Amino acid sequence: MSAHIVPVRVYLIIFGALLVLTVVTVAAAGVELGWLNTPVALGIAVSKATLVVLFFMHVKYSTRLVKLTAFAGFFWLAIMITLTLSDYLTRDILAAGK
Amino acid sequence: MHDVRSTVPKGEAFEAEAGLPRTHYLNATHGTAAWLLTKDHKRIGLLYLFAISFFFFLGGLFAMFVRLELLTPEGDLLTSEMYNTSFSMHGIIMVFFFLVPSVPAVFGNFFLPIMIGAKDVAFPKINLLSWYIAMIAGFMMLTTLLMGGVDTGWTFYPPYSTTGSSSNVVLAALSIFVMGFSSILTGLNFIVTVHTMRAPGMTWGRLPLFVWAQYATSLIMVLGTPVLAITLGLVFAERVFHFGIFDPKLGGDPILFQHLFWFYSHPAVYIMVLPGMGVISELVAAFSRKQVFGYSFVAASSLAIALVGFLVWGHHLFTSGQSAYAALVFSFLSFIVAIPSAIKVFNWTATLYRGSISLASPMLYALGFIGLFTIGGLTGLFLAALGLDLHMQDTYFVIAHFHYIMVGGTLLAYLGALHYWWPKITGRLYTEAWAKVAAITVFVGFNLTFFPQFIVGYLGMPRRYHTYVPEFQVLNVLSTAGASILAVGFILPACYLVYSLFRGGVASRNPWGAYGLEWETTSPPPTSNFLVTPIVTRPAYAYTHADVVSPYAGSTQGERDTGTEETQRV
Repeated sequence: MSAHIVPVRVYLIIFGALLVLTVVTVAAAGVELGWLNTPVALGIAVSKATLVVLFFMHVKYSTRLVKLTAFAGFFWLAIMITLTLSDYLTRDILAAGK
Repeated sequence: MHDVRSTVPKGEAFEAEAGLPRTHYLNATHGTAAWLLTKDHKRIGLLYLFAISFFFFLGGLFAMFVRLELLTPEGDLLTSEMYNTSFSMHGIIMVFFFLVPSVPAVFGNFFLPIMIGAKDVAFPKINLLSWYIAMIAGFMMLTTLLMGGVDTGWTFYPPYSTTGSSSNVVLAALSIFVMGFSSILTGLNFIVTVHTMRAPGMTWGRLPLFVWAQYATSLIMVLGTPVLAITLGLVFAERVFHFGIFDPKLGGDPILFQHLFWFYSHPAVYIMVLPGMGVISELVAAFSRKQVFGYSFVAASSLAIALVGFLVWGHHLFTSGQSAYAALVFSFLSFIVAIPSAIKVFNWTATLYRGSISLASPMLYALGFIGLFTIGGLTGLFLAALGLDLHMQDTYFVIAHFHYIMVGGTLLAYLGALHYWWPKITGRLYTEAWAKVAAITVFVGFNLTFFPQFIVGYLGMPRRYHTYVPEFQVLNVLSTAGASILAVGFILPACYLVYSLFRGGVASRNPWGAYGLEWETTSPPPTSNFLVTPIVTRPAYAYTHADVVSPYAGSTQGERDTGTEETQRV
């Protein structure tokens, strides 16, 4: 896996893509999208992070075990956020019920 | 008392290897530097043993202050501030400096590589580094203590920890932050070791259940500990730089801390008890002379606990302002996590059924574990029930419940492991009669200490107060009396184990006649664990009918070639 040599061209393309997405981030911040503001910003951020993890961190070229390990980290993060939100997103419902 | 080890017939094979091996890991190199710079996983395990024994003593001292104060309803021994510091230091030291590292760092380090037929862990230098990090954290905690300690309880709940407490919260939090890295490195090392260092033929399906349990624990350590570090880092940031994370005045939410803290700290309960469960699987098999019933279910239940254990943390927040809908979800998930634990308990019991059981001292601890862990687990279900928890939250019922898991479970498993593997670690046999007396003393003392706490908690005595109404005194006196018996039960092993180092009989390779690669090498093992790389051809715990009928008879029993059929020069 570490022996895999990635052509410089690929790095440059990813670099370019990251720059474009950064411009999109700034541009999107200036547009009022209502409730979509946060999802859009997070969506762009997640795509950038994915590019970094897959190409710059070589996960795309690694063994299935490394892929699984990387996936586990994000999956556990998702557990933490989802179950914590199960509290925050339903607190108002309870208050309304009262 | 009957000593199973003395009945091992001294056949020719046994006699030929009687006596300690000429060179082993303990005498291979000499001097302080050789120990403090060692990369041998066995020596690092011993370094951890010394360190956590010290912290266990320290944590026990604070428990003693707490129990002595609670002997009477009035606050007459300690001021309320000193009492707060005592129970906080007891909790912090016992959880982070004893229970979390206990079985993994001592016995995991020592035996995990041997049990899979490896020469060492995958990253020996990182292993040593993890010990040094633990020692730096320990030094920071001792400094905290000398500066007056910390009084927030081991849970560091804001807003008290961030704005109220005038104690040394910052240093204590940093100490645990640092300690977390030691835990992560140990976990990482074990995961890579199990993946890459198994001996030929040591397939995943042949791994001893102790190794499975260590593996599952390591997953929790690696996935959960960073969250604790970040959470305590946020407490630090809020206290020092007044970030508005947890303080409502600054726009934060104190319940967010509880979510983040328990995201690690509930799975941390399984970091503490899963390795103990692994020990019990070894002990039950060895002293019943039987393969563990439902091996694959017991192995998979460790992984299930590691996963489901991450989904239940909200049951610590039932009364603290969490949404009732979230509480409902967490309550349901908490009931589910009981299933893999129950699989283990039932399978150990099924292993005992028609086994050739010998009540050697490690087995006494194992049987104690099964009973006490079951009580601890079942009372956990009381607390997972939303209605009952409203009544029992923050009472002594909770204290009794988790001490049944932490002391009745983990500590008994730790002592069982210590007794089971002591001959292998040191090459010496301790006095079995004293060991049995100690095991029974611990069991009696433990129950007398903590069973009354279930009752007094159910009656309504809250935790973390240094005074109580006089009606509760009888139960508290019983509890304190039990604690003194428990203390005797801990001092006894310290005496006869140290005595055995100087006067104990010489242990054979396999004094219990048990299966497992660790029993194939010399006692104590050589630095490289095995002189030849073992090739594994049989599943774990391959006890045969002969073992059941006549466990200790036959000239080959004491020195049998256990998990392997052949060995190969490398």
